[in-house]
Amino acid sequence: MKILVAVKRVVDYNVKVRPKADGSDVDIDNAKKAINPFCEIAVEEAVRLKEKGIASEIVVVSMGTKQSQEQIRTAMALGADRGILVETDVELQPLAVSKCLQKLVEKENPELVILGKQSIDGDNNQTGQMLGALTGMPQGTFASEVAIADGKVAVTREIDGGLQTVSLSLPAIVTTDLRLNEPRYATLPNIMKAKKKPLETISPDDLGVAVEPRVKTLKVEPPATREAGVKVGSVAELVEKLKNEAKVI
Amino acid sequence: MVAPLLSERDLEFLLYELFDAEAMTQRARYCDHNRETFNAALQTARTVAEKFFLPIRQKVDSEQPTFDGKAVHMIPEIKTAVDAVIESGLASCTADYGLGGMQLPEVVANAVSAYLSAAGSTTLGYTSLTNANANLISAHGTAEQIEKWVVPMRDGRFAGTMAMTEPGAGSGLADLTTSAVKDENGHYRISGSKIFISGGDHELNDNIVHLVLARVKGAPQGVKGISLFIVPKFLVNDDGSLGEKNDVALAGLFHKMGGRGHTSTALSFGERDGAIGYLVGEENKGLSYMFHMMNEARILVGTMGAVTALTGYQYSLDYAKERPQGRLLAEKDPSSPPVSIIQHGDVRRMLLAQKAYAEGAYALCLLGAQLSDDEKTAETEAERKAAHTLLDFLTPIIKSWPSEYGPKANDLAIQVLGGHGYINEHPVEMFYRDNRLNPIHEGTTGIQSLDLLGRKVPMNQFAGYQACLSAMEETIAIAKQSEALAGFADDLSTSITTLKTTTETVLAATQSMTVDAAFCNSVSYLNLFGHVVVAWIWLKQGVVADAALSSSPHKSDEDFYKGKLQAMAFFFRHELPLTHHWATIISDLDTTHFDMQEAWF
Repeated sequence: MKILVAVKRVVDYNVKVRPKADGSDVDIDNAKKAINPFCEIAVEEAVRLKEKGIASEIVVVSMGTKQSQEQIRTAMALGADRGILVETDVELQPLAVSKCLQKLVEKENPELVILGKQSIDGDNNQTGQMLGALTGMPQGTFASEVAIADGKVAVTREIDGGLQTVSLSLPAIVTTDLRLNEPRYATLPNIMKAKKKPLETISPDDLGVAVEPRVKTLKVEPPATREAGVKVGSVAELVEKLKNEAKVI
Repeated sequence: MVAPLLSERDLEFLLYELFDAEAMTQRARYCDHNRETFNAALQTARTVAEKFFLPIRQKVDSEQPTFDGKAVHMIPEIKTAVDAVIESGLASCTADYGLGGMQLPEVVANAVSAYLSAAGSTTLGYTSLTNANANLISAHGTAEQIEKWVVPMRDGRFAGTMAMTEPGAGSGLADLTTSAVKDENGHYRISGSKIFISGGDHELNDNIVHLVLARVKGAPQGVKGISLFIVPKFLVNDDGSLGEKNDVALAGLFHKMGGRGHTSTALSFGERDGAIGYLVGEENKGLSYMFHMMNEARILVGTMGAVTALTGYQYSLDYAKERPQGRLLAEKDPSSPPVSIIQHGDVRRMLLAQKAYAEGAYALCLLGAQLSDDEKTAETEAERKAAHTLLDFLTPIIKSWPSEYGPKANDLAIQVLGGHGYINEHPVEMFYRDNRLNPIHEGTTGIQSLDLLGRKVPMNQFAGYQACLSAMEETIAIAKQSEALAGFADDLSTSITTLKTTTETVLAATQSMTVDAAFCNSVSYLNLFGHVVVAWIWLKQGVVADAALSSSPHKSDEDFYKGKLQAMAFFFRHELPLTHHWATIISDLDTTHFDMQEAWF
């Protein structure tokens, strides 16, 4: 079985980002970048499937600037076999990413596509679902468990009310939630081995996809600073304040 | 928010801006590397440190290993952490690819280990000693010895120690009595007692390879009669499988002030027929081989002193930003909210002093790491030789300055936290206890000061001394070209002039008084030289920061570089003037303490 995994280069989760002074965007120019944590879980799941003998090849793909090669190589150090970079300097939005992935699915014919459920920069949570619509493949989103048997994949999903398990025919799309697994770290010898694995660079044009953004950011501003709390004397006072001041009940 | 173990930005500055680690990829040994592989290794180290070391740090400190008369028992988490270091490849990251290593340059490897050291220097002790042991046997052992001992140490099956100290021979190594006698099979049989052997017994690995200093029967007295032996805990058969237990017994464990997870043992060799030992190199040359490991260990000791200071600084900095307490003197309104303690002048002093000590010390250690690489891998013979000369000279300073000023930084970290720093809910008191070992082991500060003044300075017609002065002059010449740095360059020049006169005076004094009296202020001399060298290291950092500021960097970088310049200025303003005080004591040939008679105490 071939697995296609997508990884996104995002600001490292440890970094505290700030808006730019002119409010045009978030200032990430000088911030450390890393694989989006949900994508890292996707890579880990693919590697585990390969270690179990279920998967035979893991292709990792990323889209964005040339620097996204770093994240592809990280994924290869974790166990992916080869990489594809769809290189562009254009800001990529979920629809464009999904369209590129659709073309790559046509080209690579994977039986399973594993994606993070969302990226920690855009927080859109759309790419997996859009890819499902574009390809017609079944999707199991927010996965906390993935089991493959008899040409089907059982995906346990984290939903508001608890857990839901769906059975999908292959080929299928899985998007990962935090509890699916705990990603490994790259061992030092594997970091060096990853350098020798093939990494192909193509452009959105090669795939015939127009990636120009459709959504325009009007303004970015920091959330209001939290004000100091007050001590209330009684439950009645608390209820009164929640009702009239905070207006939450 | 949890305080970072280390400042990632600072490591990046030191590695790529100050020491240009990327240039190392021009050398054949490192040609597969680039900044990306270096960063990936750093990331793995950080992950292992945060995942396996940090969560157990306090437990390792509070639950010391015990000995029930048969075996050593320790919390199982230590093995999990040590295994993670081995399995990730971090334990032997400088070793050859063929031995499972990553062939990292020393300067990068030092920063990689720094994450582990910051999160648990005691736990790291097991693998770093093993690594140093394996490096020694690689350098001086036979091919057969390398195959038998180094290979399993590199892949983590065996651990390694250095067994030097004896109950009656610590700093005075020349008096050691452990003996080696050749038996009818041509093996040496070792008998004697060793103490303070770190990692001397435990069950973390299948076998332990002790490197033991002993005296072959009939050898000359003193250091010229010391040989070095490989003495394993278990004998190893020719096919590599473990054989019977060697005649090495654990006599007991010591209970230490800090570094409590790392067993400190008393070992008894030869309680029955004598432990079987294998000679390394030639008889009576053991000490010179051991110094191979010792010089490396001395850089490691300095590094541990510096890194523990760095992490204590980060911790107290984070605390000072978060902790509201009191108001500024100018604020008269008692109903105004209290300020974070970082607003108070004296807290800023303590934080900036920590930054100046810790980052100065660590940059010095990285210089040592870079030189130890250059002496092996620099392109020309002349460069390799020059690196060796300078490193050999600087080693006593690299060992002692960070280990003296590291605990001072930790002392200030405790003070920043106040009462909260004195209790074990915060790690700063443990940092201090852990760090307090560093001025003692691998040659005390006193020993280092005599090594510097009595040996390293006059050695080879002052070659190392001159090389060090020239290196400093070079930086001064560059700094003088910048308006912002010229004043600091002048201050350093003045201190160097004082240092030169002081050196001439104290060395000449050996003609007019006994050498013991003339050298009784050797530690002041080490302080003097150390402060001049660290001021130089700060000026080097200042040169980089000053240049970077002129190319309008990103706001966060601008803050970083300004912080570097401020720490440099603090060191020059508050610390460098101390050199004049030490210089006066030394040049006056003051013998107040030396003249104090035993009976007068």
